[in-house]
Amino acid sequence: MNFKTFFLCFALLFITSCKTPISYHKIEGKQIAITDSLSVDQSIEAFIKPYREHINKNLDSVISYSIDTYSKSDGKLNTAIGNFMADVMYEQSNTLFKKRSGEDIDFVLLNHGGIRAIISKGNITTRTAFEVMPFENSIVVTKLKGEQVKELLDYLIEAKRAHPISKLKIVMDSNGNLNDATINGKQIDYSKSYYVLTNDYLMNGGDRMDFFKKRDTVYVLDYKIRNALIDYFSKTDTISPVIDDRFIQLN
Amino acid sequence: MKRRKFLQHTVTASALVGLSGIGLQSFDSSTKKITILHTNDVHSHIDPFGPEDGRNPNKGGVARRAGLIASVRKENPNTLLLDAGDIFQGTPYFNYYGGELEFKLMSMLKYDAATIGNHDFDNGIQGLYAQLPHAKFDFISSNYDFSNTIMDMHVKPYKVFKVDGIRVGVFGLGIELAGLVDKNMYKETKYLNPLEIAQDMTSVLKEKEKCDLIICLSHLGYSYKDLDQKPDDLKIAKATKDIDLIIGGHTHTFLDKPTIVRNSVGKNMLVNQVGCYGINLGKIDFYFDLDKNKSAKGVSIIV
Repeated sequence: MNFKTFFLCFALLFITSCKTPISYHKIEGKQIAITDSLSVDQSIEAFIKPYREHINKNLDSVISYSIDTYSKSDGKLNTAIGNFMADVMYEQSNTLFKKRSGEDIDFVLLNHGGIRAIISKGNITTRTAFEVMPFENSIVVTKLKGEQVKELLDYLIEAKRAHPISKLKIVMDSNGNLNDATINGKQIDYSKSYYVLTNDYLMNGGDRMDFFKKRDTVYVLDYKIRNALIDYFSKTDTISPVIDDRFIQLN
Repeated sequence: MKRRKFLQHTVTASALVGLSGIGLQSFDSSTKKITILHTNDVHSHIDPFGPEDGRNPNKGGVARRAGLIASVRKENPNTLLLDAGDIFQGTPYFNYYGGELEFKLMSMLKYDAATIGNHDFDNGIQGLYAQLPHAKFDFISSNYDFSNTIMDMHVKPYKVFKVDGIRVGVFGLGIELAGLVDKNMYKETKYLNPLEIAQDMTSVLKEKEKCDLIICLSHLGYSYKDLDQKPDDLKIAKATKDIDLIIGGHTHTFLDKPTIVRNSVGKNMLVNQVGCYGINLGKIDFYFDLDKNKSAKGVSIIV
């Protein structure tokens, strides 16, 4: 080894220890599908099993009974399942809301599309609540001015859809115009403000319910729609909701 | 030019002989392979989809993923396993256990790091914090400032992994939370501009940390073509230099293959995302060339 080679050798050692970036010359990229042709890691499977069994047992536990099968397509302007949902949200939330605000909820408006499954005749389980309401939406209450309540009524009359409502009654004439509307059995006073319960999806602009954009304070009850359903089912032996006259059209 | 390369090669070779002669180090191969495995938007999908599922029958499942990851690691122990966020929310496992099982399983699968997705705030920032004891991997987010929250000190802006002597720098980018997540959930988490942070992070990882490979774990979303101002993986890739790989999430984008993007200095890099729900595992292999002979000719990308 001559002096020059030795020097280069020393230089290389120095560079290596001081860290020069190392470069790559090739990248190979792909994706591997996770399918049933892959072998299962049995220790992982065994670890999951008790969790899965607990959830299934809990989801399948019977918490109430349904007299009939209820679907959101049974009924034109109001449906038994929608009326049930809206009434349950009121019942489960009003005490909670009153404790926080000192006020009562005046009425409820949810969205027809938010009912994601039927309630079948027979046993109701926790799984039923997960099927009807798979999303994590929460109950919110806000104060709307009379003007926005009018916009809300216009929206419902225009949509002619069975958006679930409670404590609110709407009568359309045969031409599809507003004939009569009451909140809690009283004529609506458009100079007043009303507390309306809805879900956070609609409050944040879902289903183009733009009247919620002109809202006052929003009360977040930290109570999920699904949990309100589960709590109601758990305390109720049998449910038997009906289509009623809360939203109708005169002949 | 060709002659110069040849000379360099010769010099290096003789120097190596000299080194091994004094017994400092022996190089039995001139190439090292680093494997990056990744998932995104698994959304609490622990069990596989059932045979009756309308979209993804018999796909996914953590126990199968575990088997696959183990076989990749057996073939190449120099592997990092990363997740690009939205670990939480999507099955009753999350509703019942709040993410505990997701974190425990990811720890058993030996995940190295994850970034934070918007749904990871679904039980509030306190809900995420409460599950941290179950996670034996790091959370990396560079553009969420958690300093006024309980997550302060529990999330790293970046981490350098030393894998077989190669320095792999990983940083994380999260999506803007306002408008997407209730403020009550994310509290005082501050969202910082992802592009500016990406530029800062790459400079830190390249210059200060001397990383050989820089990976961005992103939950920004793959591409918002019609929204010029909304940051996405493709925009970050084009506007920065020195990122070698962006592992994305949020948009649940299924790609036929990783996307090759030319960065701000004309160098090709990769952006990848593997859909959602643990249906796929991404695998990117980087072949490092220790004698610099091969890399001098440029990088071949096979996707």
